[in-house]
Amino acid sequence: MSSELTLSREDIVRLCERVEGAQTRAYAIPKLTDEYPAMTVADGYAVQAELRRRWLARGHRQVGWKVGLTSKAKMVQMGVNVPSIGFLTSDMARPENSAISTGDMVHPRVECEVAFVTCAPLAGPGCTREQVLAATDYVLPAVEVIDSRFSGFKFDLPSVVADNGSSARFVGGGRARRPQDIDLRTLGVVMEKNGEIVAAAASAAVLGHPADAVAMLVNILAEQGETLPAGSFVMSGGITEAIAVKAGDCVIARFQELGDVSMRFVD
Amino acid sequence: MDAQKIQAYGDELYAALVERRTVPPLLEREPDITLDDAYRIQLRMVQRRLDAGETIVGKKIGVTSKPVQDFLGVYQPDFGQLTSGMVYREGEPIDLGRLIQPKAEAELAFVLKHDLKGPGITAMDVIHATDYVAPCFEIVDSRITDWKIRIQDTVADNASCGVFVLGETRGDPRRLDITMAGMVLEKNGELHSTGVGAAVQGSPANAVAWLANTLGRLGIPFRAGEIILSGSQSALVPVTGGDELVCTVGGLGSCRVKFTGRSAV
Repeated sequence: MSSELTLSREDIVRLCERVEGAQTRAYAIPKLTDEYPAMTVADGYAVQAELRRRWLARGHRQVGWKVGLTSKAKMVQMGVNVPSIGFLTSDMARPENSAISTGDMVHPRVECEVAFVTCAPLAGPGCTREQVLAATDYVLPAVEVIDSRFSGFKFDLPSVVADNGSSARFVGGGRARRPQDIDLRTLGVVMEKNGEIVAAAASAAVLGHPADAVAMLVNILAEQGETLPAGSFVMSGGITEAIAVKAGDCVIARFQELGDVSMRFVD
Repeated sequence: MDAQKIQAYGDELYAALVERRTVPPLLEREPDITLDDAYRIQLRMVQRRLDAGETIVGKKIGVTSKPVQDFLGVYQPDFGQLTSGMVYREGEPIDLGRLIQPKAEAELAFVLKHDLKGPGITAMDVIHATDYVAPCFEIVDSRITDWKIRIQDTVADNASCGVFVLGETRGDPRRLDITMAGMVLEKNGELHSTGVGAAVQGSPANAVAWLANTLGRLGIPFRAGEIILSGSQSALVPVTGGDELVCTVGGLGSCRVKFTGRSAV
């Protein structure tokens, strides 16, 4: 994968402002590589880092990270062999069973994920599944509302990384469990929309094991000179395919051993 | 369809099974064939196996997932009869030389301890009548050329039954969440696909209740000791000699199967 920075500082700031505008005012933009065809994944992360820096400077609280592109199908589609990551702030959190506005999103989609809350710092490179499980305080069921800011959800890896991995909202809930007490690989998961099952899978769909996705996140953070502090909240990647939602839809994510997470969408 | 034709098609499919070759889709030759006709052809085909010395050991439920139902244009499952000649023990390699164009599916098997006599059977009755559940592989096979099946073709062909193997792991559905149990299927050590019980008619127990009620209406018994394959939770996996598959059901355990030999197609 192209890991070299090609964008100037000026370009990075310019693209960051473009992404930030699309995120905060909910409009679609063409993928960034249309204008910068040579843009690399490293450039994408530079734009994401600038976005994060700005938001934190404005007082947003970072609660953790998300891992994306974790299914084999998505990786093949994007032509990559590592996941992508994005940061999560408290502003993106929505409570379980709440009404989530769609008016401030472009074209939201929902995915079922296992979320991790850590109780010890994790650092790469070489972070393993075992280290992740040992550093996990608890896991919980979660739904990520993703919202690519790119027209028609059409993007490539540098663009989606710059767009913070399509992060938009997330909802944690259900029942917290110690990872030692359950088999995190074989959890059955069902997404229901308006009472109908629209997606069904087991948690191994995330890179074979959700904790492996968290380990990869830690290793990607290491490449960027970062670590995962204790108390982090990590969304480990979509177990089910992303399902489009609109105002009026009710969504329930049901998890074996972890209970349910529900929400409804309004204008 | 008259009784003579029913018998002829049943015999034709039985001959294809024994000789390991395919026949053209029945629907191409008999555009007006009904689902009832198809089940009567199935009964004839199965009767030929019983005449040759096999016994009924259970039932399989097919076409249980929404994608497969949409593909076949139907809104209910189908069923076939499991016979003694289809049974493999876990650990015993499956010889593909016995089959034509096999594909594997991972599912949950029920073994009954009480008879289930529909109509009027609910999912609660199913759990009550169940001795144990086990992870299993069904190796489906089609006697129809290139799997070009519509619902009538597969029903007539005994719901595309091939062979099956039950995992030795057993679980009690009173202590196991069979609806939310995840299913992980690996092929040759690599993740192939995943699923969950709820993808089968909302719950595998619902599929078994549907079968009990359907059999009840047809006057076909559903007895203690029978094995019921409740419907695929995985994608169809094409298999060749040397392949090894493992399916793991969350909270229950695994079933492992190895393949040898070559299928006809």
